[in-house]
Amino acid sequence: MSDQNGTILSVTGLKTYFMTEDGVVKAVDGITFELKKGETLGVVGESGSGKSVTNLSVMRLIPEPPGKIAGGKIIFDGIDVLGLPIDEVRKIRGRRIAMIFQDPMTSLNPFLKISKQLMEVTQLHLGHTKKQAYDHAVKMLKTVGISDAEERINSYPHEFSGGMRQRVMIAMALSCDPELLIADEPTTALDVTIQAQILELIKDLKARMGTSVILITHDLGVVAGMTDKIIVMYAGKVFEQAPTKELFATPANPYTKGLLKSVPDPAHEQGKDLYQIPGLPPDVAHLPPGCPFAERCDRAADICRTEFPPFVQINEDHYSLCHFAKEVYDESVRERESK
Amino acid sequence: MAENVDIVEGSSLWGDAWKRLLKNKLAVFGLVVLAIMLLLVVLGPILIFWATGYTADGIPENGDLIKSFPPSLTHPMGTDEAGRDMLARVLQGGRISLMVGIISTFVSLIVGVSYGAIAGYLGGKIDNLMMRIVDMIYAIPYILIVIVLLSVFGGQNTPRWVQFLSEKFGGAGNQGLSQIFLLFFALGLVSWLTMARVVRGQVLSLKNQEFILAAKATGVSTFGIIFRHLVPNTLGPVIVYATLTVPSVMLTEAFLSYLGLGVQAPFASWGSLASDGVKNIAIFPWQLIFPGVTMALTLFSLNFLGDGLRDALDPQTRKF
Repeated sequence: MSDQNGTILSVTGLKTYFMTEDGVVKAVDGITFELKKGETLGVVGESGSGKSVTNLSVMRLIPEPPGKIAGGKIIFDGIDVLGLPIDEVRKIRGRRIAMIFQDPMTSLNPFLKISKQLMEVTQLHLGHTKKQAYDHAVKMLKTVGISDAEERINSYPHEFSGGMRQRVMIAMALSCDPELLIADEPTTALDVTIQAQILELIKDLKARMGTSVILITHDLGVVAGMTDKIIVMYAGKVFEQAPTKELFATPANPYTKGLLKSVPDPAHEQGKDLYQIPGLPPDVAHLPPGCPFAERCDRAADICRTEFPPFVQINEDHYSLCHFAKEVYDESVRERESK
Repeated sequence: MAENVDIVEGSSLWGDAWKRLLKNKLAVFGLVVLAIMLLLVVLGPILIFWATGYTADGIPENGDLIKSFPPSLTHPMGTDEAGRDMLARVLQGGRISLMVGIISTFVSLIVGVSYGAIAGYLGGKIDNLMMRIVDMIYAIPYILIVIVLLSVFGGQNTPRWVQFLSEKFGGAGNQGLSQIFLLFFALGLVSWLTMARVVRGQVLSLKNQEFILAAKATGVSTFGIIFRHLVPNTLGPVIVYATLTVPSVMLTEAFLSYLGLGVQAPFASWGSLASDGVKNIAIFPWQLIFPGVTMALTLFSLNFLGDGLRDALDPQTRKF
């Protein structure tokens, strides 16, 4: 039932709101993106920009109340996810869309053996018997590079290190051979060497299994080498969307430029301050009428504070939410050429 | 090379708790006394019958006017006013008392844990409604509920399923046994309230943890999340609370039997034995002392064990 152009996931105008005492928090406000089969999409943004909420919405995991998906469409392989009864969604979760979480220390049940947790998925979705599920679990542990899997499978989560636990999480996520893998900051809680190993593992498994991946992160270094396409989120909106190479080479949004400049440069002169975007992310419950980034933007003009910016198409696959998108883009091109 | 490497055995959560429990002298004392008590209560009456022919309800057929004998070699705990061997009766009574304690706690465990876990996990209005019902039942003195339950459903009005259960165990038409079974459920049904609150509190703090979200994301059903993922994580406090429920239920049973509402002759429990003994306290004190001391010892042990388990299973709250 796949689209002819091979789109696995398309999200259109998604709005996820949270009703709090402080008013309506528009955590995600009109997000649109598309993911083709076998592609990797990077979602980048600061904390609270709506990255995780977007992806929890895709799996219908938003706690209701206080959360609510207020509008938009999520089409996964031709299925309207938002229109499905929850029992049908459950059949997709873990089977066709799987998720890896940020903190491997807390995302495994401390009271259940690894084997039980791995077996649960396949028993649930593939109707495996205990024996089949056990064998499959051992196989998956080997796939994610855990040596002596036959013995380790009977351990409890606390007997594993952080990196090993994340491997177990990946094994669990990939047990049913899902079509889409959502990795929500899979390496944030890990140290740098383990980070590289885990990313390499995801990349490798993706290539072998042909899974599409959504990689959520706030680390630009992580997405650079992994993704085909990136969306940059800020205050619940997509600020820029572009193929990875183009986004890094010629960003067309002041926010993206700021993010790229914030990455510490190893050649940075000692003693000089590192660059940072001034100010704090806005309170999404009380957004100003204009551009949500205006207060922190170095090229904000009057129009930015009064009028919401348009979503400008720069070229075929490159969009930017800014009044001055074209100018920023031209500037980036010039900077690039002068280097 | 490889043979010189010691493989460190990983210790499970239960293994650690067990080690900590063994370091606690009072808890070990409680555990040992309870183990001995259980053994005596289960095997004792059989051994006594095999060795001497005395049974808990065997009234000797002789012409003695006074049938209460003080402790002697033939009757280590003396005899009661009908001439029955007190040791056999105390052990027989222990069976019933411990059974009441354990089975009622089990009933309260099943009801309380399910109720609390469901209320805590579903949250919102359902939680509110379920916990207000608990508050309401709390407000009624539980002894009153048990007395009403026992008098309404006792005697001729015993529900069919209770009669069925007791027939399975002790043959048809055994009114005393149905009464005991009724007692199990009546006590169980009033002691689940605190259990439900304990479990709900645990579940509330657990349900927002990432591993529950992860379980949801793998498509586990609500039922599976509550009973496979949440309930095992509440077991620590539940075990502790259950261990402390057993003595409180036993005490209630003793109290009811003392009032004549609980276990009835020819069956005996520690409560009903003490109640019989109290009548003769001035002349035949052993009829009160032995069942009383045995019961107190058991309750002590259970409380010590419960305290020890609490310290062992929740090391953070330990006093240093």
